[in-house]
Amino acid sequence: MPAEDVVTRARRDLHQVPRTPGAPKPDALLVADGVRRSFGGVNAVDVEHLEVQRHVITALIGPNGAGKTTFFNLMTGFDKPDTGTWVFDGTPLAGVPASRVAKSGMVRTFQLTKALARMTVLENMRLGAREQPGENLFTALVKPLWAPREREVTEKAMALLERFKLDTKKDDFAGSLSGGQRKLLEMARALMSDPALVMLDEPMAGVNPALTQSLLGHITDLRDSGTTVLFVEHDMHMVRHISDWVVVMAQGQVVAEGPPGEVMADQAVIDAYLGAHHDTDLGDDALLTEGGTIDAEAEAEADAEETKA
Amino acid sequence: MDFGQLFTNVLNEMTGPTAIAYALAAIGLNIHFGLTGLINMGQAGFMLLGAYGFAVSTIAGAPLWLAFLVAVGAAVLFALLLGIPTLKLRGDYLAIVTIAAAEIVRMVGRSTALTELTGGAEGLTGNSFKSTFQDASPFPDDRWALGPITLATNASNSWWLRIVGWVLVALACLLVWRLVRSPWGRVLRGIREDEDAVRALGKNVYSYKLQALVLGGVFGALGGVVFVLASSVQADSLGRPVTFNTWTILLLGGAATVLGPVLGSLLFWAALVFVRGFLRGAVPTEVLSVQQVEQIGWVLVGLTLVLLIVFRPQGILGDKKELAINAR
Ligand SMILES: Nc1ncnc2c1ncn2[C@@H]1O[C@H](COP(=O)(O)OP(=O)(O)O)[C@@H](O)[C@H]1O
Ligand SMILES: [Mg+2]
Repeated sequence: MPAEDVVTRARRDLHQVPRTPGAPKPDALLVADGVRRSFGGVNAVDVEHLEVQRHVITALIGPNGAGKTTFFNLMTGFDKPDTGTWVFDGTPLAGVPASRVAKSGMVRTFQLTKALARMTVLENMRLGAREQPGENLFTALVKPLWAPREREVTEKAMALLERFKLDTKKDDFAGSLSGGQRKLLEMARALMSDPALVMLDEPMAGVNPALTQSLLGHITDLRDSGTTVLFVEHDMHMVRHISDWVVVMAQGQVVAEGPPGEVMADQAVIDAYLGAHHDTDLGDDALLTEGGTIDAEAEAEADAEETKA
Repeated sequence: MDFGQLFTNVLNEMTGPTAIAYALAAIGLNIHFGLTGLINMGQAGFMLLGAYGFAVSTIAGAPLWLAFLVAVGAAVLFALLLGIPTLKLRGDYLAIVTIAAAEIVRMVGRSTALTELTGGAEGLTGNSFKSTFQDASPFPDDRWALGPITLATNASNSWWLRIVGWVLVALACLLVWRLVRSPWGRVLRGIREDEDAVRALGKNVYSYKLQALVLGGVFGALGGVVFVLASSVQADSLGRPVTFNTWTILLLGGAATVLGPVLGSLLFWAALVFVRGFLRGAVPTEVLSVQQVEQIGWVLVGLTLVLLIVFRPQGILGDKKELAINAR
């Protein structure tokens, strides 16, 4: 079945899903159960039940400190929960180390970008590839054993870099890129392994506004080519723009979920946000002011880049 | 002052077994630190274990190849022992554990309880374990001159040892050169930059760090073998200062470069011998005793290195551009 049809069906299926926290999905890729993590008595994450539908874009929103990043860390093996189990694509992943989680097809990016600074952009990309026999110590010694795969990897890396408009930077050190470009690089690198699920932690934060539009395009392209996307974002405008489903967290718990339009009108969501944004109506674009500050920072950064150049 | 003699001495030391031993140890440390970002503060421990492994097994009757294998095996075991519990933790743990473990090896080696095996604080005399290596030499027993340097062909600080030593260094450089430019080396460099990022890309970071620790430790052990084949096994001659010198050599030549450790070792020993020889020739003994000259040699070398690190922190062969970038 062509990818488009899969996506259309997955989105249509979501119409029947009840708008209650923890609602079961017709085709769930990730299912979390009773996942709890506390830091010194504070419940950072306390997710009763959560399902993430395959082939759609799910946004995870919530005020600062809601536990979104911690939830990502738990799912991807970067942190261990006090209790809880979760299943990814039919495989239980509780207690599985981070590298094996990534290998199983769930790849994440970080809120604080982790570009490998003193490696070139292209080397960063190549590192994201799988099944490179040359990553074994003994095979590495015999170049003919890994050179063909290296050519494939490089080709793929260049195609992705072109898509993300980083191809002209391929030989630059990643550390010399602007903050926004590093975000792009990290995302592109995550895609080198064709993951089934990409988890993006605030992919737009700090990205030059000139780039945000194309970044949104990349994310929807990803979905349309068959990848499931779960992303954390503060900018409500963007969330509404590209997500098919929205999950709202507050104080570690899932407090609401549903299609973007409905969720943002939900009283529980407004309450959840009240702590962070007084007097805001999530229904209109008031929250865009926050996006506005981010954009202003990004613009300043872009300006700084230009003056440097 | 006899400058001809001074330069002969410098050349002799630069190409000698000590420089070779340190070059090998620094090549190993480069795999740890330059490539992977591991802070091993006990490279001398690996050298000492290699030395004991070689000497003790030879004395017990092992043939040459087996003695080398025992030296390498000892380093592998030591690396696993230190790495398995610490490499899952943050970087500083490895530094603390290696410095302590190297001291433990030294203390145990020189303890009276093991006198039978290691000779205690006295150590093992060269003649007790050098014969298999010297017998393997294709040269007749003689003294040969090459340029200004005249050495025995086979005994102790010999041409034979220098040839084998430099061949080992060349092979080690070739291996590192191949590995640095391979996907394996790429994973290590990724770990050096940010191990969580590499984990998120599906690599088993722990296993790679362990591999790097073992491989670098093996080069340390080989350095230790070359070191003692020129003299004797003495626990105290492979103590903490040796680790610090190895670090200096690595930073001087340039971490994360293939030839940096070798160049660093050549220059380090050349500089030390030059400074000492020069002071001995230029300053009368009433002003500075021979012992004081020794110490001033170290001081001046240290000072030069401080200046080098201030003005050329990337080392001689390092890439300034690479270093200018903040690691995070
Ligand atoms: N390593 C940690 N140690 C202690 N507290 C933490 C740690 N990580 C997160 N927290 C706390 O857990 C809560 C959730 O944080 P986080 O997951 O980063 O929120 P979000 O990403 O939604 O902004 C916060 O109260 C935060 O202070
Ligand atoms: Mg966060």
